[in-house]
Amino acid sequence: MPSEVMTRLDPKSHAAAKGMSDLSIRNLFIVPTIVFLIVFNIFPLLYSLGYSFTDFRASTNAPANFVGLQNYRELLNDPFIWKNFSITAKYVLISVTGQVIVGFGLAMLLNRSIPAKGLITTLLLLPMMLSMAVVGLFWKLLYDPNFGIINYFLGLGKFEWLADPDMALYAIAIVDIWMWAPFVMLLSLAGLSAVPKHLYEAAEIDRAGSFYTFFRITLPLVAPILMIAIIFRTMEAFKTFDLAYVLSSQPNTELIAIRLYKMAFQEWQTGMSSAFAYIVLIMVVAITNIYVKYLNKVKAR
Amino acid sequence: MADIELQGISKKFGPNTALRGVDIDIKDGEFFVLLGQTGAGKTTTLRVIAGLEKPDTGTVLIDGQDATTWNAAERDVALVLQQYSLYPRLTVRGNLEFPLKSRTQNFTADEITQRVERAAETLQITRLLDRKVERLSGGEMQRVSIGRAIVRQPRVFLMDEPLSALDANLRDVLRVELKKLHQELGATFVFVTHDQVEAMSMGDKIGVLDRGKLIQVGTPDDIYAKPLNTFVARSVGTPPMNLVDGVVKGGKAVLNIGGHALSIANSKAQDGQNIRFGIRPEDVLISPDAPAEARIFDVENHGVIKILTLDLDGTHVHATVSAQMKVKIDDTVRFGWKPDKVLYFDPVSGLNLSIQ
Repeated sequence: MPSEVMTRLDPKSHAAAKGMSDLSIRNLFIVPTIVFLIVFNIFPLLYSLGYSFTDFRASTNAPANFVGLQNYRELLNDPFIWKNFSITAKYVLISVTGQVIVGFGLAMLLNRSIPAKGLITTLLLLPMMLSMAVVGLFWKLLYDPNFGIINYFLGLGKFEWLADPDMALYAIAIVDIWMWAPFVMLLSLAGLSAVPKHLYEAAEIDRAGSFYTFFRITLPLVAPILMIAIIFRTMEAFKTFDLAYVLSSQPNTELIAIRLYKMAFQEWQTGMSSAFAYIVLIMVVAITNIYVKYLNKVKAR
Repeated sequence: MADIELQGISKKFGPNTALRGVDIDIKDGEFFVLLGQTGAGKTTTLRVIAGLEKPDTGTVLIDGQDATTWNAAERDVALVLQQYSLYPRLTVRGNLEFPLKSRTQNFTADEITQRVERAAETLQITRLLDRKVERLSGGEMQRVSIGRAIVRQPRVFLMDEPLSALDANLRDVLRVELKKLHQELGATFVFVTHDQVEAMSMGDKIGVLDRGKLIQVGTPDDIYAKPLNTFVARSVGTPPMNLVDGVVKGGKAVLNIGGHALSIANSKAQDGQNIRFGIRPEDVLISPDAPAEARIFDVENHGVIKILTLDLDGTHVHATVSAQMKVKIDDTVRFGWKPDKVLYFDPVSGLNLSIQ
């Protein structure tokens, strides 16, 4: 019953004069969006699901043969793919943990009256607004072993940040932390400023130490919004492509998104990569669901 | 257990002056009520005592020791606020344990349990102990908040309008309980309120604040019977004291409005002096042989008493009479006052002339 939820069209309006009903105006707004979604999202999603059961290659004219679950079986048995997954897991863990610590720390520092607070906050938010590829490029220059400013300041000589197999992943994570800690900071700041001041005063009166106050009052109240920041950042970190692709091309930094890209557009294994994409999708959905469950639990407490 | 002394406390917030040279002396074990309107500086005074605000000038003495620079923790006070300030996401027990559990305290687990249970018993919240504070009613929250204050046995209890957010019935119940609690603990209580009924019924002493100045300190009886000026006179009593301007002429008070001449019992007032006469509603007499005449503007029946509003050419005078009296709006009645109960105020400064 649209008439019950929708505001009636003013009979004297232009639209009414042109003979449009409430319903046709609603459709005018909604239909293009739905069509767009179907054509560019839902259709490819289902189509690639179909491909994932074939040996289709987009680079040839050979017809696609149905191979059943063979693609999935091969992928899940491939030790290199598992390596990609474990690299990605490590990357997500380092990067998100770093962002939460740095971002929350900055938020704690900013959540008091300091001069030029607005300006400092804006400046701190800048990295987040830059393009991933640009950030990747200039960090590559900063990390450069020959003329990079980081080695110069840290006095590390010709240390190869991005070529060192043990360091490269951390180097990429540092860039990600630099770029996205402000996002965590922004959300944490919103959470922190929502903690009523009188609770801190009550804790002071109750002679609670600052650590006790932090873990008993601040953290529980900021936890839900911090969880949202973590969900966003985990999903993004899981999908990281451009940053890592621009910065390093080592086997030790080959995240699943990069592996997927190579499989689909360099090796042209369209069917196989569709299956791979589906495995990744299921994992992201699963991880997100665990987080959301936990978030609801935090909120309910 | 402690006595508190404030000496010349002043406090400014930007351009606003909250306190102007407040001196208060609160004795050990006293129930001291700070009474005043919104913005009078009651809460600021309390926060200065608590150590949450630093005064611009003046000294805070606790047990004779200069505590001005001490922080809230060092002062060992407990604070109960109007908005309860319970720690969210914790149970009632968690809230009650909070002041005992912090690092600076050295209580054994047994001691904590014991203290929490004793406090819960005192406030009748034992059955709520394991409930989350979000699931409590306003009255229960305030009990928990008071409980959190008493578990620790602080030197002073500070209460900032703890009953204002509660409904009337609950307020009456908790008022009685707080008084009982004060008697049992024998501790010093400083209680802030804008409600004169609370102030009158609970306080051993009342301090009346007006725009950052402490006007008068005294027992409820003193404040009621011997107000220092018209402000104090009108801040206690319902309905408030009637103030009517007039002149003393030949041993009688001649009111400026209506020219009614009423007898007075004060010999100090000189002939021809302009006076603002103050008379409590219960000291206004309605009787057929009274000297003045007025129209009844309004009648409020409170069951026990009736409150009449008399209209004297636009000036309203309240009178409380027995509920049995048969009166109705627009009746004309004759009224007078008890001459010995009349107070004399200076019409310009508002000061009580019989005290000066």
